[in-house]
Amino acid sequence: MSFIDADKRKFFNEVREKSGQPIDLCYQCQKCASGCIATGFADYYPNEIIRLVQLGQKERVLNSSSIWICSSCEMCGARCPNGINTAEVMDALKEMAIAAGTVQEKNINLFHTTFLNSARTFGRVHEASMMAIYKIKSGDLMSDMDFGMDMFKKGKMPILPHRVKARGKIKNIFNKTAH
Amino acid sequence: MKLSYFPGCSLEATAKEYDMSARAACQGLGIELVELKDWVCCGATSAHSTNHLLSVALPSRNVALAQEAGMDLAIPCSACYSRVKKADYVLRNDDELRQKIEDIVDFKYNDSVNVLSLLEVVSQLGEKAIAEKVQKPLKGLKVVCYYGCLLVRPPQVTHFDNTEHPMSLDKIVKALGAEPIQWSYKTECCGASMSITSKDVVHGMVGRIIDAAKEVEAMAIVTACPLCQSNMEMRQAKGTNLPAFYFTELIGLALGLPAAKKWLNLHLVNPNPLLQSLSLAD
Repeated sequence: MSFIDADKRKFFNEVREKSGQPIDLCYQCQKCASGCIATGFADYYPNEIIRLVQLGQKERVLNSSSIWICSSCEMCGARCPNGINTAEVMDALKEMAIAAGTVQEKNINLFHTTFLNSARTFGRVHEASMMAIYKIKSGDLMSDMDFGMDMFKKGKMPILPHRVKARGKIKNIFNKTAH
Repeated sequence: MKLSYFPGCSLEATAKEYDMSARAACQGLGIELVELKDWVCCGATSAHSTNHLLSVALPSRNVALAQEAGMDLAIPCSACYSRVKKADYVLRNDDELRQKIEDIVDFKYNDSVNVLSLLEVVSQLGEKAIAEKVQKPLKGLKVVCYYGCLLVRPPQVTHFDNTEHPMSLDKIVKALGAEPIQWSYKTECCGASMSITSKDVVHGMVGRIIDAAKEVEAMAIVTACPLCQSNMEMRQAKGTNLPAFYFTELIGLALGLPAAKKWLNLHLVNPNPLLQSLSLAD
């Protein structure tokens, strides 16, 4: 790809390198968008995200909701005639949006943080406490109470977490992979 | 057949009927599952969305444990399967990243363990072997088989079934005496990873799948994933009452395992009226 603007080139190269995907090969056939069941509920289709990256549109891309609403189902990548795994591109963009402080879907990112904190603490995710912490932090306290109660009554929400024995090893993995 | 078994966090809680039915169904089919000692969380969507290196390192811990156990690894949860399978793919094919991961996780990868979804393990038995074990054929039960996204994609990693039109689950269900209906939403995503955070989006995604199931007059959906199952039942439009079964529950029912009743009572959408109407449950 050729660029006049150095910043645009820098953004394009960073996304290509971080995702490991040949995004320069996209010729907008839109097979990804045709098969995408998720981003139609957000602001850009996957082919539009790739085009915006090709054009070095850093702000628009890192501020988009689509990179978060992408559910990583990988339909796009499986059908791409140019071997671009767009879900990997979306993941790279999420990491870059977190670093840039431009996360559009804050609750999705909050959920991820809460989930990983649970895994870090216990070695496994304890669904009951993870959900409670997410609900408190997001302020979305009342929704799904009926499902929660039903699951609790059925014994599907154990109160006590299971702690793995090798928690030290798990903490090490988290520490050594920290950004 | 003897395999290591990595149930995953959901199967300890919200999907415990999948865990119970998986263990019982496998026992009934002559597959011995040995729970992987001290297994850890796979990191799921949360790790790969926010930290690529962590998303490979965390499931690699389970690969290390499976190596120690010395048997192939069976994983019932599609999300766990996807993460461990991807980690194994990286460890096998990317020398540079493998060395990094080996250092982080403190083990040496030896490429000795096959990572398999539980669906793959059961389907390898073949329809004939499964049909021979059936005590109570699931006659009259018309279902759609829902594979979801992660069992078949990405194809170069999973190497499982036909990516666009898988049939392994349909064949199992047929061997059990039920009637699998063909439909076009087998591998669409249900959006389970956003079920808690973005309900409007997920209602839309699940709605399309449920509508497609109803269009072909399915009485129920069959899944092989705890996230798909709970998402289908939680996020379908109120009053729909379309049950979602784990394939292992249907195996248990068809094999005449008495414990099946207990699993089915744990669903959010009660499947008993449907089963009773077909004389498949008391």
